[in-house]
Amino acid sequence: MSLQEVDSGPAPALAPAAVSLAGVEKRFGAVTALAGVSLAVPKGACVGLVGHNGAGKSTLMNVLAGTLAPDTGSVAITGRDVTAGYAIATARENGVRCIFQEGSLCPNLTVAENARIEHPSLTGFSWRTDAGRLIRQKLDEIFPGHGIRPGAMVADLSIARRQMVEIARAFTVTASPVDVVILDEPTSSLDQTIAEQLLAHIRRFVEAGGSAIFISHLLGEVLEISDRVVVMRDGKVVAERPARDFDRDGLVAAMGSVAAAASAAPAASRRTAAPRVDIDAGRGSTVRLTAHTGEIVGLAGLAGHGQTDALLTVFDGGGAGDRVEGAVAFIAGDRQTDGAFPLWSIAENLGISSLGALRRGRLISTAAEDALAARWRERIGIRTPDVWNPLLSLSGGNQQKVLFARALASDADIILMDDPMRGVDVGTKQEVYKILREEADKGRTFLWYTTEMDELLICDHVYVFRDRMIVADLARADLTEEAVIQASFRHDA
Amino acid sequence: MSAIAKLARQPWIFAFVAAVAVWLATAAFTHGQGAGGVLSVAFTFATFFVIVAIGQMFVVTLGPGNVDLSIPATMTLAGTVSMKIMDGANWMILPGYLIAVAVGLVVGLFNVALIRLLRIPPIIATLSSSFVIQSAAIWYNRGLRVKPPTLLADFTTAKIFGLPVLAIIVILIAAVMHVVLTRTVYGRTVIAIGQNARAARLAGLDVGRVRLATYVMCAVFAASCGYVLAGFSGGAALNMGQEYLLSSIAVVVIGGTSVAGGFANVPGLWGAALFLFLLVTMLNTFGLGAGVRLVLTGLIIITVIVIAGGSRANAR
Repeated sequence: MSLQEVDSGPAPALAPAAVSLAGVEKRFGAVTALAGVSLAVPKGACVGLVGHNGAGKSTLMNVLAGTLAPDTGSVAITGRDVTAGYAIATARENGVRCIFQEGSLCPNLTVAENARIEHPSLTGFSWRTDAGRLIRQKLDEIFPGHGIRPGAMVADLSIARRQMVEIARAFTVTASPVDVVILDEPTSSLDQTIAEQLLAHIRRFVEAGGSAIFISHLLGEVLEISDRVVVMRDGKVVAERPARDFDRDGLVAAMGSVAAAASAAPAASRRTAAPRVDIDAGRGSTVRLTAHTGEIVGLAGLAGHGQTDALLTVFDGGGAGDRVEGAVAFIAGDRQTDGAFPLWSIAENLGISSLGALRRGRLISTAAEDALAARWRERIGIRTPDVWNPLLSLSGGNQQKVLFARALASDADIILMDDPMRGVDVGTKQEVYKILREEADKGRTFLWYTTEMDELLICDHVYVFRDRMIVADLARADLTEEAVIQASFRHDA
Repeated sequence: MSAIAKLARQPWIFAFVAAVAVWLATAAFTHGQGAGGVLSVAFTFATFFVIVAIGQMFVVTLGPGNVDLSIPATMTLAGTVSMKIMDGANWMILPGYLIAVAVGLVVGLFNVALIRLLRIPPIIATLSSSFVIQSAAIWYNRGLRVKPPTLLADFTTAKIFGLPVLAIIVILIAAVMHVVLTRTVYGRTVIAIGQNARAARLAGLDVGRVRLATYVMCAVFAASCGYVLAGFSGGAALNMGQEYLLSSIAVVVIGGTSVAGGFANVPGLWGAALFLFLLVTMLNTFGLGAGVRLVLTGLIIITVIVIAGGSRANAR
C-alpha cells in the first residue's frame, strides 16, 4: 500500500472498522493476485473499489467473504481478529454478505427456495411461505414494482431479475445480522432505473449504520455512491482517498500508469493495400475491424466484451459483407476447452493443423511429423527431452507454446490469438513476442485479443471493445494505456 | 525384454491374452480334443463381430455419447433386401452387394440427418431409426426366408488350411482400417474430435464432414455384415442382428478402445471378438446351465475391462 496517496478522510472513526484486512497476500501458483493489501471499511460508510482486470479486486473480496483463505495477512471484524479458520460460515455469522459477480442462485429452484438456502432458521411446514414473504418484502423495499413472484423458477427469470433476487437475498435478515455487504459488479446487468434504486438502497443501508464495499467498472456510479474510493493495481492498493477528491480522469490515471512505456518506433503504416480481414465486429459498431498483411492488430477492452466472438467471426470466415482472405489458425487462451488434445503426444498436438503438409502420398508420415515437432521445439523452446512424450507431461507454459507452434507451423495467413499469454512466464513471453514480430514481417497477420497493456504496445493497431462493440480505433501513434482504459469504461456512467 | 515390455503396454494385448487363456482352458477340459476345430469356428463367428465392431469403434471414438444402436436393424434390412433382390441368382452377387451397401449409405445419412439437423443425441437418434429400419425390413420381407445364391453361400463358408476365407479378408480389411485410423487425416480427425471436439474445430479440422463419414461408414459395415451373414446362414432372418447390438459395443471396449472417445485401436477388435466367442464355447464345454453361463459371461467381461482399463490408466 503506497501511503503517499492516502490522506485523512472525513471521519477516521475512533471506533474499530466494521471489517479490516491487513497485509493480505494471495498467490495462485506463480501468479501473485494480492501483494500485501490492507483495507478498512468503517461503520456507516460505503467504500468504492476500482481497478483494471486482474488488479485483484475479486480475489480480495473472496478473501473477505471467506471463500478464499489468504496466504498471509489477517482479517478483523469490528476489531476482533478472526483470521484463524475464517470461512464463509464465519463471515455470515459476523454479518458479512457477498453478492458475487457470477451469481450464486440455483437456477432449478424457485426464488423463495433460493432465499431459504441462506436462512437455515426458516424451518417447519411453512418454510417456503416464510422464505417467500422474506424475499418479497426485501424486493419491495429495494426495487419497488419489481414484478418478481417468489414462486418463480430462477431459470425462467431474466438476467437482470436474477441479479435483483441475488441482491435482495443478501440484504435479508433472520438469525445472523447484515453489517457489511460486498457488491461485486452488481449493476452490470441492471438498467439505469433499477441501478438507481439499488444505489439509493445502499445509501439508506449505509446511513442506517451498515457498511458496503462497492465494485464497479462504471466509475461515475462509484464516485456517486462511495464515501471513500480505493484504487487497486497489480494486486496492490495504489490510491485511497475520499470520493470527493477524485474525478473520473483522476481515477483512470490512478488505475493505469500515466506515462506509457517507451515503445519501439512505430513501423511505417502497412495500411495501404486492401485489408486481409475486414469484418463487422458486433452489433452497432460504427468501426469495422480491419487487419492488413504483416500487421499485428490488438483487441483490447475489459474481459468478455466481445473480443473472443470477433475472433470466432473471423475464424468462421465472417458474415455477409465481411472479408477474410487466406487460411486462418486459432491459438486458444483457454487451453483445456479450446486447444489441448490431452491423450496425445506433443508432436501429435503440434502437427494437427498441418496434417495436409505432413502427408507423403495418402498417409501421414511419422518422420515428417517428428521433424516438424523437432524444428518447433528448437524455435520456440519447448522444454522436453522427447517430442513423443505426452502433452500433459509439460508445464502449462510449455503446453501453451505447443499451441503457438501448432498455429505458426500451419500454413495460416491469419492467426487469431484468444488471450493466449495468460499464465505464461515473462521469459517465455519475450521469446514469443519476438517470434510474432518475425512472422508478421514475413507477411502473416495477427489478431490478438489481450488484457495486458504491455502486449497491446507491441501491436501496430488496437481496437478497444466495450459492450460487444468497437468503441475506439487506435493507431500505433495514438496508443497509450490511458487511451485504452478511457475507452474501456462507459462515459455516461 | 524391452520388446515384451512394449508388447505389454499395447492396449489390445489383454483381449488376446484373455482369448488365448479361455481357449487353453477349454482345450485342457477336453484334453486337447477338438481344440483346433474350436479355433476355426471361433474365427468364423468372430469375423462377423469384427466387421460391425470396426464401424462401431470409429463411432465410439468420436467422443462421449457417440454410439450406433441401429447396427442390428441395418444388418437385417441389408440382408433381407439383398437376398430378396438376388433371389438366389449367382450373377446377382455383386449387384446384390452394392444394394446392401446402398442400404447402409441411406441408413447412415438418415442417422446423421437426425443427429445433425434435428439435434437429437446419437443414442436416441440411432435407437429410433433402428425401429424405422427394422419395420422396413419386416414390411419388405413379410417373413419369407429367401435362400442366398449358392456361390455366395459357398464363398462365406469356404476355408483355406482350416482358416475361413472370410476371416482372411476381414483380417486384411482390419489392417487397412488400422492404417486409416492411425495414418490418415480422417483417422486423426476422428481421434481429435473424441478428445476435444471444440479444440478440433478450432485447430481447423472438418468436424462436421468427418462425423458424417463415420456414421455412414459404420452403417455400411453393418450392411456388409448383414449381407455376408445372410449368405453364411442360408438366408436373412428378422432377428439376425439381435446379438450384434451389445456385442459390437463389448468387442470395442474389451479391445481396448476408450468408451469416452479419443483413443482407439483395431487389433484389439479381433482379440475381443475371439475372446467373446471362445468364452461362450468354454462355458458350454463345462456343461453349465444357461443362467449360470450368462452370469459368468457378464462377470468375466467386466473383469477383463477392469484389468485392461486399470493397466491403461497406469500406463499414462
